[in-house]
This record gives sequence, C-alpha cells and structure tokens, in this order.
Amino acid sequence: MAATSPPGTGLLKGLGVTIKHLFQRPATLMYPYERNELAPRTRGVIALMDENCTVCMLCSRECPDWCIYIESHKETVPPAKEGGRARTRNVLDRFAIDFSLCMYCGICVEVCPFDALWWSPEFEYSEYSIDSLLHEKEKLRAWADTVPAPPPLDDGAVLPAEVADAIEKAEKERELAEAKAAEEAQAKESGAAGGAATPAAAAKEPEVEVKAGEIDQETFDQLIAEGKSERIARSKAKAAWVKKEKARLKAEAEQGGGDAAAPAAAPKPAEVHVEAGQIDQETYDQLIAEGKTERMARAKAKAAYVKKEKARLRAEAEQAAPSGESAAPEAEAPAKKQLSEVHVEGTGEIDQEVFDQLIAEGKSERIARSKAKAAWIKKRKQEQLDQEGGA
Amino acid sequence: MTAISSGATTYIAQSVSLFDGFDGFVLPLVLKIAFVLQLFFVVPLVGGYLEHKAMGRMQHRRGPVEAGPFGVLQLVADGIKFIQKEDVIPRAADRWVFAAAPGVAMVPALLVFLVIPLGPGVFALDLELGLFYALAITSVSVLGVLMGGWASANKFSLIGGLRAGAQLIAYELPLILAAITVAVQAGTLSLVGIVEAQAGFMIPGTGINVWFVFPQIVGFGIFFISAMAELSRPPFDMPIGDSELVFGYMTEYTGIKYAMYMLTEYAGMITMSALMVVLYLGGWQLLPGVPMPGCEGAGGLFDCSPIGIALSVLVTLGKIMALVFVMVWARVAYPRLREDQLQRMSWLVLVPLSLLNLAVITVFKVVF
Amino acid sequence: MSDLDTKERIQPGTAPGEDVAFEIHGDGDFPTADMSLSIGPAHPATHGVFRIVLEMDGERVREARPVIGYMHRGFEKLAEYRDYRQIKALVNRHDWLSGFSNELGVALAVEKMMEMEVPDRAQWIRMLIAEWNRILNHLMFIGSYAIELGAITPMFYAFREREDIQHLLESATGGRLHFTYNQPGGLKIDLPKGFLRESQRLSTVVRERLPDYFDLVLGNEIFQGRTKGIGPLPSDVALSIGVTGPTLQATGVAEDPRVTEPYLKYGEIDVPVPVGENGDSFDRFSCLLRRIQASLDIIDQVHDHVPPGPVNSKLPKMVKAPEGATYVRTENPLGQLGYWLESDGGRTPWRLKMRTPSFSNVQAIPYLMEGVLLPDAISILGSVFFVVGDIDR
Ligand code: SF4
Ligand code: SF4
Repeated sequence: MAATSPPGTGLLKGLGVTIKHLFQRPATLMYPYERNELAPRTRGVIALMDENCTVCMLCSRECPDWCIYIESHKETVPPAKEGGRARTRNVLDRFAIDFSLCMYCGICVEVCPFDALWWSPEFEYSEYSIDSLLHEKEKLRAWADTVPAPPPLDDGAVLPAEVADAIEKAEKERELAEAKAAEEAQAKESGAAGGAATPAAAAKEPEVEVKAGEIDQETFDQLIAEGKSERIARSKAKAAWVKKEKARLKAEAEQGGGDAAAPAAAPKPAEVHVEAGQIDQETYDQLIAEGKTERMARAKAKAAYVKKEKARLRAEAEQAAPSGESAAPEAEAPAKKQLSEVHVEGTGEIDQEVFDQLIAEGKSERIARSKAKAAWIKKRKQEQLDQEGGA
Repeated sequence: MTAISSGATTYIAQSVSLFDGFDGFVLPLVLKIAFVLQLFFVVPLVGGYLEHKAMGRMQHRRGPVEAGPFGVLQLVADGIKFIQKEDVIPRAADRWVFAAAPGVAMVPALLVFLVIPLGPGVFALDLELGLFYALAITSVSVLGVLMGGWASANKFSLIGGLRAGAQLIAYELPLILAAITVAVQAGTLSLVGIVEAQAGFMIPGTGINVWFVFPQIVGFGIFFISAMAELSRPPFDMPIGDSELVFGYMTEYTGIKYAMYMLTEYAGMITMSALMVVLYLGGWQLLPGVPMPGCEGAGGLFDCSPIGIALSVLVTLGKIMALVFVMVWARVAYPRLREDQLQRMSWLVLVPLSLLNLAVITVFKVVF
Repeated sequence: MSDLDTKERIQPGTAPGEDVAFEIHGDGDFPTADMSLSIGPAHPATHGVFRIVLEMDGERVREARPVIGYMHRGFEKLAEYRDYRQIKALVNRHDWLSGFSNELGVALAVEKMMEMEVPDRAQWIRMLIAEWNRILNHLMFIGSYAIELGAITPMFYAFREREDIQHLLESATGGRLHFTYNQPGGLKIDLPKGFLRESQRLSTVVRERLPDYFDLVLGNEIFQGRTKGIGPLPSDVALSIGVTGPTLQATGVAEDPRVTEPYLKYGEIDVPVPVGENGDSFDRFSCLLRRIQASLDIIDQVHDHVPPGPVNSKLPKMVKAPEGATYVRTENPLGQLGYWLESDGGRTPWRLKMRTPSFSNVQAIPYLMEGVLLPDAISILGSVFFVVGDIDR
C-alpha cells in the first residue's frame, strides 16, 4: 500500500512533471485573439456557387439528414441558334442548408457534379437562435468567397488523368495567351491614335476583368469604418456588389427599353439565359497562372463565363431592342450605355501610378488600392469625355 | 475582549495588538472586526487566484486571463456570478438546516483569523490559549459540512458529509498531537509566544538559530498532511470526490451558499497555512537569526516601525502563499486516495508517528 | 485493498431488480440496511448517459446492475435505410472516439462483398490513420481515467497531444472526430503534401511526451494504491463474457485481430501487443498506455512503407454489395469491432449487425464490482473503457 509507505519516487516524479510544465510556455491558443490556421480541407461550412448549380437535386437526395432545401422552376430558353430548338432549364429559386441538422459528412460536396458546393474552413457562425442556422442562398454564396485553394497532393499521389491533362493544357494555353497579350498590347499601341478604335478597346478591356469576386467599394469602406472585420466586410461588399450590379443592369435594360419607347420589350432583355458548363478561358488561364488549382479555377471560370455571357446577351438584347424601333438615335444610345458600363464594370481596375505613389507615401495597401481605383475611374471618365468631345 | 487582551499584554510584554492603542471599547472592537473581515475576504481570494494560476500553468494552460489584469479579478467575478444565481433548495431538504449549514461552516473559518498574527502587533487578539482556540474552532467547520450533507436529502451528499466527519475525526488527532509538540517545545500556547520562542531557539550546543521546522520536520509533515486532509484538499478530497460522489455534500448547493462553502475552503487553506507558518516557519521572521529591518526587541522581532510592520506582514503572507502553492501542487500532481486508505494512513501511520514525535521532542526538551 | 471478508455477508440469490433496499444485514450489534445508489444516467464518472444501480451496504457494493439504452439511436435499423456512402458517415458516430476505425470496418465489409481490389497505397494510409485514431482514443481515456481517480492534470496533457493529432488528421480528412475519409475501394482523396513528414514529426513529439504519463500516473504510488488488485478479471471469465481490447489484453490474452487475423497490411509489419498479468485496473490502464507506444511503433513502420500510386479504385455509379453476407472484425481502439453485413443486392444493406467492443466490455461490470468499495467501483468503471454511444448504438 503506497499510502502507508513514506512518499516514494513515484510521488516525487509527479511533482517533477508538473513543476516542469510550470516553466514552459502554456499550450493555450488565445482564441479569439489568436487563431489556429485551419487546413484547407477543414469541413467548416458549406459554400454554394449558385452560378454553377443546375438544380440536379443530387445533393439534396444524398444528404443523410435531408437538410438541404432546394426550390426551382422550369423555364424555356429561346433557341441558341437561329432555327434551333427551344429548351427548358431549371432556375434555382431557393437553396438553403440547415446547419442545425447538418452533420458535416461532406456527402453533398462529394456528389455535386457541377462543382457548386464547396467546403470552407470558416466556423464562426454560431447563432443565438436555432432558426438562424438556416443559411439561404445568399449566405451560402457569401461563404464561397472564403473557400481556400485545395492543398497540393502528396508526392506519391497519382493525379486523376483529367486533372493532369488539364494542367498540361492550361500550361500551353497560358503560353499562348501570353503571346496573344503581347501582340494585343502592340496592336493597341499602334492603334491608339485612331479615335474610333479606342472606345471599343476600352469597352473590351474592363469586360475581361470581370471576376466573380468583385466588391462594392462603398459598402466595403462603410463596413470597415463601422469596425467590421475585413473578411466580413469583404464578403458583404461582394454580396452588395452583386445586388447592385443586378439592379443596375435591370434599370439599364428598362431604360434601354424606355429610350426606344418599347415597354413591351423592356423586361425581356434582363432575363437572359446562359447554359452553364462552359468555362471562361481567360479567367481560367489567369487563375491557373495565379497558382490556383485546376478545380478551383474551373469552377470560377465557369461562373465567370456565365456572368460574361449574361452581360453579353443583355447588351445584345438592349442593342437589338432599340434598333428595331427607331433608327436614328439608337446608334448613340447604346454607345453611351456602353460607356457608362465601362467605368462601373471596371471598378476592379486600379491606376497603377497612383497606387505606386500612395504606397511610396507609406499608405496601407488597402487604402492605396481603393484610392487608385477611384483614380482609375476618374481617368477613364475623363478619357471618354475627351473622346466624345473628339467624336 | 479588552480584558483578555490586557491579560495577554501582561503575559508577553511586547505583544500588544495595534488596535489596543485606541481608547474605549467600541472603536477597537470595530477595527478588529474590520481587520478580521478584510483578512477573511481578501487573503483567501489571493490564495484562490494563486491556485487558479499555478494550477493552470502546471497543466500547460494559462489560468484566468480575462477578468482584470492577468485575470486577478477572476474570483471576484465568480463571486458576483454566484450571487446572481438562483438559490435552489431541494423539496425534500430540511430547509433550515440546509440554509444554515454553509454559515455554520463559514463562521468558524472566519473566527480563526482573530488569533492569526501576521506581524508584530498585527492581530486582533493574542489569546493565551491561541493555539488551542485555533485548533478547536477549525474543527467546528465540519459541523456545517455534516449538516449540509444530511439536510440535502441526497445520497451522494450524505455519503460526502459522513466521509467528511470520519476524515475529521481521523485527522484531528495527528494534527493536535503535532501542534502540541510545538507547544511543548515553545512552552506556550500563545501564537505570538511561539513565534518569539522560535526567534530564540538555538541548535543545542551551538549559537545557530533555527525555526521549529528544523527539529520537527516530522511534525511539520504530519501537520501538513493532516491539515490538507482536514480541509478535504486533494488528494484527500473524498468528501467531495466529484467522480464518485458528484460533489459530495455540496451537490445540492447553488449560488451564494455554494460560494460560502468555497470561501470556507479557501479561508481554511489560508488559516492552516498561517498556523504552519507560525508554528514551524518562524512567523514573520525573514530568515532564522536575521533581525527584521526596522524592528527591535527579542530576536529583532518586536517594537517595529511602520515599515518594519509592513515588511513583516509581507513576509508572513509570502510564507502563507508558498504553503498554499505546495497544497495546489499536490492537488495538481496526485490522484485521490480511497477513504479506507486515508483512515489507515491516519491511524496506522500518522498517529503513532506523531506520538513518537511528541515523546522524542519532550525528552529532548527535558534533556537540553 | 482492504479486507474482503465482508464479501461473505453478501447473500447470493437476490435477483437483479429485486427490492433489497431495506434488507437488514449484520448480526445484532450493528445492523445495517442497504441503500440503492444510482450512478448515472447523468453522473460525472459515466461520460454520458450510462447508469449503474449499485446496491450498497455502507460504502461497499453488494451488487451492480448496469442499465443501458439511454442513448439508443437505432444505428442498426438506420443503416438499413442508408446507402453505403451514407453508412460511412453514420458509423463513425457510434463510437465517436474511433470514427476512422468504424468506417474502416464498413469499408472492409463492402469491399469484401464486392471483391474489390484496394490499392496498396490506400491500405497503408488507412493503417496510418487508424493508428493515429487509436492514439487519439487512448489519450482520451488516459485523461478521463485519471480524472476519475481525482488527478486532474493528465487530462490537460492528453488534450494537448490530441489537439496536435487532430490538427494533423484534419489536414488530410477535413474532420477532427468524424473523419469520413474511407470509401469502398480506398480513400476519398490522397494525402495533402507534407502530411507524412508532419506525421513523422508528431510521432517523435508524442513519443517524447509519453514518459510524462508514466511518471505522473502509472508510477504514482497513490495511483497504484487505487488500482493494483482492484477488479481483477481472470482471463477465462473475460473470454466467456466476450471482453476484448485492452481490457482483455490486460488479463494476459494477446488476442488482437491485427495479429491473429491480419487485415489491411498489418501482416507485413511487426505489431506489438502489450499484455498484462492480473487483469486488474492497473493492468488495464498500463495496457492502454503501452498500446499508445505500440501504435507509435506501427506508425513509424508505416512511414517507411507507403508506396506511391492511386488511393482509390474505380467505383460503379452506385455502390451495391452483391447478395450474400459477410463478417468483418477489426481491432478498434476499445476492442474488437465486428460488422455483420447482409445484402440482398440493393443499394442499402439488408441488415447491418454491429458487434461493438464497449457493449461487451461493460458486461464485465457486474462481475467486477461485486463486493468492492464505492471508490473502487469508480476505479473499475473507468478502467473497462467504454463509450456510451458504442454501448447503446
Ligand atoms: S454535409 Fe452531409 S448532412 Fe450536411 S448538408 Fe451536406 S450531405 Fe447533408
Ligand atoms: S448544388 Fe450541385 S448537386 Fe446540388 S442541386 Fe446544385 S448542381 Fe446539383
């Protein structure tokens, strides 16, 4: 019986072990002041890229808890080509995941064939009321901005054939694109004098820059000023941007219709259908070049494609609508609209000069960037004014 | 009370409480009460904070960090929380006994502070029977525990209460025997007197001054273990034993009553440590044979200037906290003993050992 | 251990459930009445909703009756309505401390039925993660058993290690408890870059920290006083009850499917199986602790073996086990886990019977607790190592 013998070595060793730890640095991580870096594969929250979702319902059917709610309606798409067949497609109305039921098994993400669902390591979405754990489409979309790039695989791993191919292809394409970019730059330089060529180029260029991750600077700044964290502000601003953009496009479309005095045509142009599944090669290449993985790049490029295509179709529709009605003013109206589109869509662009200067002045990167953006927009406007004057 | 104090004053000329300098009866009394109360509420909190922090660090954690700088106000925050909590009394409980029990446990712990000397003159009372009083009154606390265990109408509480009773009976004996040995060696029961005696105790045949812990290292060990057992501090926390008895006699208590039990425990830690400091570790002496700066009198312990008094209080508190730390250390490092092992250890080891210790010291005292 | 002579006073023949609350014992001078004490369903020592009714004579347990079922979640029935992919997410929740080993069992059963070839790389990685999972589980029990005996510190140390291991596993599987990393035919996805290096590093770190547990718990005299000779389980009784895992190995029986009936690649490496002598609480705990060392040894061997290659084989669109039945047993952290999978060829099992280690282990409780003191009852309860979800399923 240990207790009856004078304290033995075992007792002293216990004291030794504990006192040793007294002088070591505590292992505690002072959350929320310090944060652990979570692995990219961490199953924190499910993000939805709704642009990619084709409402196939696989996720909802496979979910062991049936906690994914999807609502949709069918729509008829006008034939893509002259004389083609009209097709029907599903339009996503509601996509919600009830995180109070979800058991984070990952089956939905696994089964989604269109890369619309992703895991994000974010986990700080606890709520005071259990209903608030029902995340609707917008909220799920906002999480998509927090999805990290998947980690590279172990050296011994075998890449799936398609991924290996795609990487090879992407390499080649990037080279091609670089060559093309160089050519274009040359062409631009030589053609800069031509008054007619410039606006077209200007209109083109910002469109290239369209990314899913654009943010609404105003909202962003405001939220930052309110003391929100950068991450939250960014994701909210992104959502705000999407909303605003939609509203703007709609308004424009309506206006476009109004200009042409064809109210019947007005609601039409806003509803443009784009078949998902194609990718925007430019965006894709760029993302690959940025070091994003293939899967991620593909998904984002898909989203970008859809967006671009929509914008294009809308623009076409707008152009088409007035042209049918009145002959004379239409030539200018769409042109103006396009010009106005130029600066809004281009908010992602920054004025490098101003940026460099501000950085040199010791401003923080964020401030410099936002100011440079503003500067860029101003410049563009000025340019366009000049051009219009010239024309 | 003044009468008793003046009696003590005649007994040891130097030991005059700070509060006796005031005329009349009421003012010293009020001051004494204030003194005891502030001791009771502040020092245990410091001890509790020390426990939290030391325990945290030894377990590779940080301990409290949020409440106040370095978390020093954690126990205050806990107290506020306890006050806000709902006070639940089980329906089958014996209401009055249930309600009174924490008080019965707490008041004796508070009363012990009356006689604890923190420095020269820094005590409320210097009783001639100080040691006797302290030991007698600490054991009253267990009544509150037994009452709580019985009145809760809960089997776990009952077992906890009974274990506490059994533990007290078993460990009171070695505790008192160890303390008596000190009294024998010092020749007095007055706590101030014992401190003074240590200042004058030399290793026989030499001029080297040592504290009583030196000749009585066995007694010190016995006293320390018994004190921990009597306070039901881990590894002797069978009356609480959360993995066996849920929370022992405290199972049914919530809010402020629970806080009173906890305060009793921390106060008990402080008083027992203080007694050990006085009995074995030379009270407010800095080092054996080193006079306290700013003091004169026997062993350089008394007749202090204000600075000297402040210093000696700090020294005493430092020693108390060191002992509290050791108790915490044991708690961190050891699992709990079993009830029968505990009893066995007391009756078969500690009691004979302390009797032997008493005999040896007595012979020693007579011979030298 | 105190005297057991009072054991003779226990009258056999009182059936479970029989009301013995007021039976008077003792002869004349100091008669005592029994008290029935419910440990649980919500008691700190039961880690969940598990209940044991103790008939007590003072502090001595006359009879112990485990009452199970408070956490019955109908896993076996649920599994009949879930396809194999969903079952994987289901089974790693019955023993929530051994998620990977559970899903491994199901994956093995399905593969066996479908006669699927599993790539070597997948098998080695499965072993690696299964052993890490075993360490995770054992660390948890080391901490909680120490808490049951009143030592609070080992729990914190164990969680420090657990945190590191969970972080490692999270980087590969995305989960910290419920890994869902297996799939029939292999693994969901290959390891991320750097995983093996990190795993190697962690294995040395954990190995370096293990002596702390030996010093702080196993070598401590109070701990030994509390566990040595408490609840001895003879090996024949253990075998007849069906106890497995560390609880069986502590009795001296080196039964471990990894050795006796190797699955995955366990046959190709050296699998140490630590055994005890008396099968008492001390042996059970020391087996648990030494099993961590054994798992680290296995992990170190696996590191040298993981070959390059694919980690999964091509799956049909819908995984369907062909008609028939199979039984697969694996050494889970707590003991042997068996899945009896019967299929009628559909996309869900026709029947999935689980043989969970915790359920069998707690069957030993009435035998072990008879005649011991209340604190020893807790010491025994903690050392048969069970997870409540794994008992009730
Ligand atoms: S993670 Fe699993 S439970 Fe959660 S929504 Fe996806 S499929 Fe359903
Ligand atoms: S998220 Fe994926 S699986 Fe779910 S409906 Fe959309 S496309 Fe289908």
